[in-house]
Amino acid sequence: MKPVRKQRLMLIGVMLAVLGAAAYFALKAFNENLMYFFSTSDVVAGKAPANTPFRIGGMVVKGSVERPGDSLLVRFTLSDLSREVQVEYSGILPDLFREGQGIVAKGRLDGRGVFVAEEVLAKHDENYMPPEVASSLKKTAERP
Amino acid sequence: MTLRIFLEMGGYGFYVWTAYGVTLLVLLLNILLPVVQRRQLLRQLSLRQKRGQR
Amino acid sequence: MSVIPAVVNRFFHQTASPPYFYALAERLAPWLTGVFLLLLAAGLYGGLYLAPSDYQQGESYRIIYIHVPAAWMSLFVYVLMAVMAGIALVWRMKLAEVMLIASAPIGAGFTFIALVTGSLWGKPMWGAWWVWDARLTFELILLFQYLGIVSLYGAIEDRRAAARAVSILALVGVVNVPVIHYSVEWWSTLHQGPTITKLDKPSIHVSMLIPLLLMAVAFKFYYLIAVLQNARLELLKREATSQWVKNLLEKTA
Repeated sequence: MKPVRKQRLMLIGVMLAVLGAAAYFALKAFNENLMYFFSTSDVVAGKAPANTPFRIGGMVVKGSVERPGDSLLVRFTLSDLSREVQVEYSGILPDLFREGQGIVAKGRLDGRGVFVAEEVLAKHDENYMPPEVASSLKKTAERP
Repeated sequence: MTLRIFLEMGGYGFYVWTAYGVTLLVLLLNILLPVVQRRQLLRQLSLRQKRGQR
Repeated sequence: MSVIPAVVNRFFHQTASPPYFYALAERLAPWLTGVFLLLLAAGLYGGLYLAPSDYQQGESYRIIYIHVPAAWMSLFVYVLMAVMAGIALVWRMKLAEVMLIASAPIGAGFTFIALVTGSLWGKPMWGAWWVWDARLTFELILLFQYLGIVSLYGAIEDRRAAARAVSILALVGVVNVPVIHYSVEWWSTLHQGPTITKLDKPSIHVSMLIPLLLMAVAFKFYYLIAVLQNARLELLKREATSQWVKNLLEKTA
């Protein structure tokens, strides 16, 4: 390779290395802000901001969904398999909202430690399969 | 399966078909625009060349 | 350049000569279009008709057959552009500059499709058209990168100087590609994790996977068709006064 081309190639290499390092540190610095939601454990541990709205993510605990009264009010428990947080929400739920489903809710903690949500979004997993396969998978999993 | 059921997409027809429609539109535009522009350019250039020869 | 055999070297020099490349692109177009249409037909038939509905998302998941290939292509085209940019900067190869700038609008198109179809998928499933999570935000930044490259190239009169500026911009922006790819693993996002590219076996049923792969290959062929059309236009613009263009005009006149 001609020396001048070698030089240019080196220059590009150095440029990319410096840029990569800069991006790495920038992303590290913004790490917290790039988190879309806090897990329920984070919230129980007091890592979530008080007084300002934030997002909480977790799985809707099976059998925890209750609708007291005729209104749109829904109460359910969110869990990340270690800690649980009570959530209250009044409004229309997304199609994918169901027990056992991952969701992300935006709102704030009230005095009782209950998360009052203003918005509930469903987070689906990365698995795609026909319903028959899903139900047979479930059956084999339930078998002892 | 009837055509109507197929188009309904289990109630998600609007979302599914809008997505496919937008995709088709963008993909077509990205092919047709350069072809049309190239034809125009070729026409311009050949006109200029003819004028230059006279 | 003793590492590269002379035959390969000659092949590149020949292919990279503008008149040869212009004619080659013309000859390839119908074949590429034929393969693309076959793959597209098979992929759409498989994805929209044959594939079963999803256990969670019902029929709405069928947006995957354009969303995921478009999102893959938005990253793939950018990586290709960064490679072209490197070649253009080091070897000052004209064809690399042409391919770089010809790829930008197509990459922008794929990114736009990924964002819009994602939005149309997110509304019924997540419950929101748009969220500012890491995956979506960085993909939006990628769209602006593509548009920035297109407009920077248009803003500089001298095409070779413009190509150099664009090459540097394209190389700088390549850091966003791994950030987009790993965003769903590095941060908590509303967007789910990878389905196909994780190291263990893909978590999608094979009847749904095959049409997806067909569509992904179809999109690659689409890129080839579109980039060659764009490259021919760009070559003509650049070489309007050269002898081979004059010969071409005489032949067609």
